Amino acid sequence: MTRILFFGRVSDAAGCSEITTEIPRELRTVGDVRDWLAARDDALAPVILSPTVRAAVDRVFCSGDADLVVDAEEIAFMSPLSGG
Amino acid sequence: MRVTVKDASFSVDAELSNFSQARTDSVGALATFVGYCRSESATGGVESLHLDHYPGFTEVEVARLARAVVERHHLIDLLVVHRTGAVTPREPIVLVAALAEHRAEALAAVAELMDYLKTDAPFWKREMNGGQSRWIEPTEADRARRAARGD
Repeated sequence: MTRILFFGRVSDAAGCSEITTEIPRELRTVGDVRDWLAARDDALAPVILSPTVRAAVDRVFCSGDADLVVDAEEIAFMSPLSGG
Repeated sequence: MRVTVKDASFSVDAELSNFSQARTDSVGALATFVGYCRSESATGGVESLHLDHYPGFTEVEVARLARAVVERHHLIDLLVVHRTGAVTPREPIVLVAALAEHRAEALAAVAELMDYLKTDAPFWKREMNGGQSRWIEPTEADRARRAARGD
């Protein structure tokens, strides 16, 4: 099982801050997971597919959608960061 | 280097007092920045700000950004205190303080870290007003300042 976390606007669109789910084995990259989540939820789709939404896998920022998620325990999708 | 992410209000005076009292003889400059919650924003009144973070990740990322600034500006010490949770007008959101041999390094370090915190630190800010909430994201000016810093 994998925890998928949503932060910022993404959590509003998802209607929750996290889900725990079995990710299909054929999903290998962050981009695959984005597409899969978008296909499951019409409200989430336009937000999670936005290029401004960054991802982290097991608490490491992804460099892009080609980063692998195989065996990931935690994947986070984040709207633009806003500290300070 | 001291980095604290906390969900309770903090005293700027107490934090700065503790930090500056521990300075060494080589310190010639202390530069500080405090960001406060305002009661007005570009879009209207603000009853409170709510800051979300990613526990266990935010702390690590802020420390990583802070460490890079310490090294780039040869700081003697650096303090970062950042709020999460509900912050009301007049309360501090963030405190950054840098100790260095000279003022140029201390001032530059504080400005640089604030630019990074605005766009690279895993916090998400919402303005709350009249039962409505609005996400606050970095402005074009924030992004431009961050872009000018390079990687």
